[in-house]
Amino acid sequence: MILTETHMKYIDEYRDRDLIMKLAGQIRRSASGNYTFMEVCGGHTAAIRRFGIPSLLPENIRLISGPGCPVCVTGTDFIDKAIRYSERSDVIIATFGDLLRVPGSESSLEKMKALGADIRIFFSGLAALETARLNPEKKVIFLGIGFETTAPGTALTVIKAAQDNLSNFFVLSAHKIMPPAMEAILKNGTALDGFICPGHVSVITGSSIFIFIPEKYGTGCVITGFEPVDILQAILMLINQVNRNDPSVEIQYKRAVTTEGNSLAQGFMDDVFEKCDATWRGFGLIRSSGLALKGRYERYNAEYEMPVKTQHRSENELCICGDILRGLKTPDECPLFNNICTPENPAGACMVSNEGACNTWFKYRFA
Amino acid sequence: MIKKIVSLGHGSGGKQTRELIREVFAGNFGMSEPLTDSAILNIACERIAFTTDSYVVDPLFFPGGNIGKLAVCGTVNDLAVSGARPLYLSASFIIEEGFSLEDLEAVAVSMAEEAQKAGVKIVTGDTKVVEKGKCDGLFITTSGTGILPAGREYISTGIRIRPGDKLIINGPLGNHSIAVLGARNNLSFTTTVVSDCASLNNLIESLCDKCSEILFMRDLTRGGLAGVLNELVQITGTGILIDENRIPVDDPVRGACEMLGFDPLYLANEGKILIVAGSGTESEVLKILRSDPLGSISEVIGEIIPDARKRVIMNSVTGGKRIVDMPSGVQLPRIC
Amino acid sequence: MCLSIPARVVSLEGCMADVSAGGTIFKANLQMVENIKPGDFVLLHAGFAIQKISEEDAVETLRLLQEMSDAINDSD
Repeated sequence: MILTETHMKYIDEYRDRDLIMKLAGQIRRSASGNYTFMEVCGGHTAAIRRFGIPSLLPENIRLISGPGCPVCVTGTDFIDKAIRYSERSDVIIATFGDLLRVPGSESSLEKMKALGADIRIFFSGLAALETARLNPEKKVIFLGIGFETTAPGTALTVIKAAQDNLSNFFVLSAHKIMPPAMEAILKNGTALDGFICPGHVSVITGSSIFIFIPEKYGTGCVITGFEPVDILQAILMLINQVNRNDPSVEIQYKRAVTTEGNSLAQGFMDDVFEKCDATWRGFGLIRSSGLALKGRYERYNAEYEMPVKTQHRSENELCICGDILRGLKTPDECPLFNNICTPENPAGACMVSNEGACNTWFKYRFA
Repeated sequence: MIKKIVSLGHGSGGKQTRELIREVFAGNFGMSEPLTDSAILNIACERIAFTTDSYVVDPLFFPGGNIGKLAVCGTVNDLAVSGARPLYLSASFIIEEGFSLEDLEAVAVSMAEEAQKAGVKIVTGDTKVVEKGKCDGLFITTSGTGILPAGREYISTGIRIRPGDKLIINGPLGNHSIAVLGARNNLSFTTTVVSDCASLNNLIESLCDKCSEILFMRDLTRGGLAGVLNELVQITGTGILIDENRIPVDDPVRGACEMLGFDPLYLANEGKILIVAGSGTESEVLKILRSDPLGSISEVIGEIIPDARKRVIMNSVTGGKRIVDMPSGVQLPRIC
Repeated sequence: MCLSIPARVVSLEGCMADVSAGGTIFKANLQMVENIKPGDFVLLHAGFAIQKISEEDAVETLRLLQEMSDAINDSD
């Protein structure tokens, strides 16, 4: 982009073309074998595509996309519940834009909105809370999605609702935590030489949550920022770990991540949420991988206050999103890909999100 | 004082309708009495360009314009990018019962002003009033007609485009989208960004007049630059290579995009066009564009390349290459 | 996942701040960060400042990278 008056600090210096070319050169020189690294964060998948990182890497480095897009891993059951709520005339659904097009078993929030449901897009849970204040005759249900980065915000929103004694604000939580999913991938036998670890999850949790990965599974971890210099530097750090045969947890994203993380945010999360078993699209049930509202906040839990029934329907049996999310298959191996399942009409989760593996594959493969 | 509003009576065809039309519209648009069912126009030429477009926008008034200005600029620009000289517009209004008469007047006034600036006349129109809740305040449809001078027939089809030809835009992308989103207030941001909404026919006319190698033009409205580039490769059967570093984007637009997860290439503009200029003529085109306030930040952003796979490829800021694909659905703000 | 970018704190009022991304102003809740003053950069995610950017570490990372790449170029 042509910079007019200012540049954007902490962004532009990490997009410096000269530095990027030098890093790419160093990666080529250091990459002596074949390497497969997984980025578990959808934000990394998007940045890798947006900045054309693959075109800067030699062929012996393979990047695969893991389960780190909360949209992709949100189960149909959650969407179906949200849709049931949206059918009620006394309900306003407050959601991040990300969820709007995700298919449930029969419909999507976007379609429900078109049919007249009151579904509003917000950038922050606090705006949803404000909507509850302004519409006392309505029940506002906030769809809580996201990993450790987003969950503290939802927690703080619930705490504020409690402080103000609001009786018409509720959360439908599909919040999840990252480490159990990464362990599921490793247990599954996906051959990986290292993880490009999620930078903004780590801002909250600290780097220590990943220590079990090198210790128990011998796989290296580099906690990575989201600019092209960050990603290339992290790839270089992972290559060096492999070459030295010294898997460990390193922080590339030092300007934002510490070992201990953000204790204030962790406190809000611990106050409001407790771990629960959660269903991940493509993975099925993963023990203790979800976040549910604790008993003392149950009056803000939509499922507790207004239980709804949904019929459990399995996802399209032919869809291989699960294998793709686990890094076992590529999108073109799916019988639905570009056939039944396209970005305009997604059948599987990986096609819905802009960051989903199938969606990005579709754009680049068929362009 | 009670606020004056539009009532169903204003759409009944009686006295109130006549008053509304005469006082709010015909007067502002300079229509002369008697008001007839058709405008009779004298157009002496071989080829006439004719276009129509409907306008809906939320909110109706936004920094840099309103739905009325948009409805004039949009239709004027649709004619102009085809190489035509816009002459006459029609304007039809669908008004929600209860709509403020003052706001309606403000819309009509800005339409009249913009029409005057663009040198076109609004010569015919219609109003309908619908019950409360049946439309979102105000919808406008404008149609426009103009002369297509000889020698410009190829501009709308792009048939003379060849590899090596240069791609030029007349300024920074995304301002209209971000200004409108900011005015909506539900995404917790405020911005100094102003819509780029403007009639470009005078700029385009001087370009077509002075340069013989204007091979294609298209306004970068819905779908943004990415949409138009992808249409262009389908039309020409070539590829396109653009350079992200050459694409102007204002900082506040960029900041909003980074934060909300938008890509400025996909955002709508209301005063921006893509121009394909014959190879070697680009500096002449730039000079003309930059001499006009509506083109002062014009840039050559890339070129047509041979590519049987008809791809739009972008050298990203990093030097890495990526595909710019066809937009799909509207961009939604995201947190992940 | 977890879109978040650095934004400059423009003004504070109680636990809320106006933060600027290239001149566009977003509302940021500050309850997860401490000792914030105008001019600081925070990572904003979904309306919450989740971290103050460490200028020291940012400078250090870039300095090390430059050194490394200069060293490589010298040895080439």
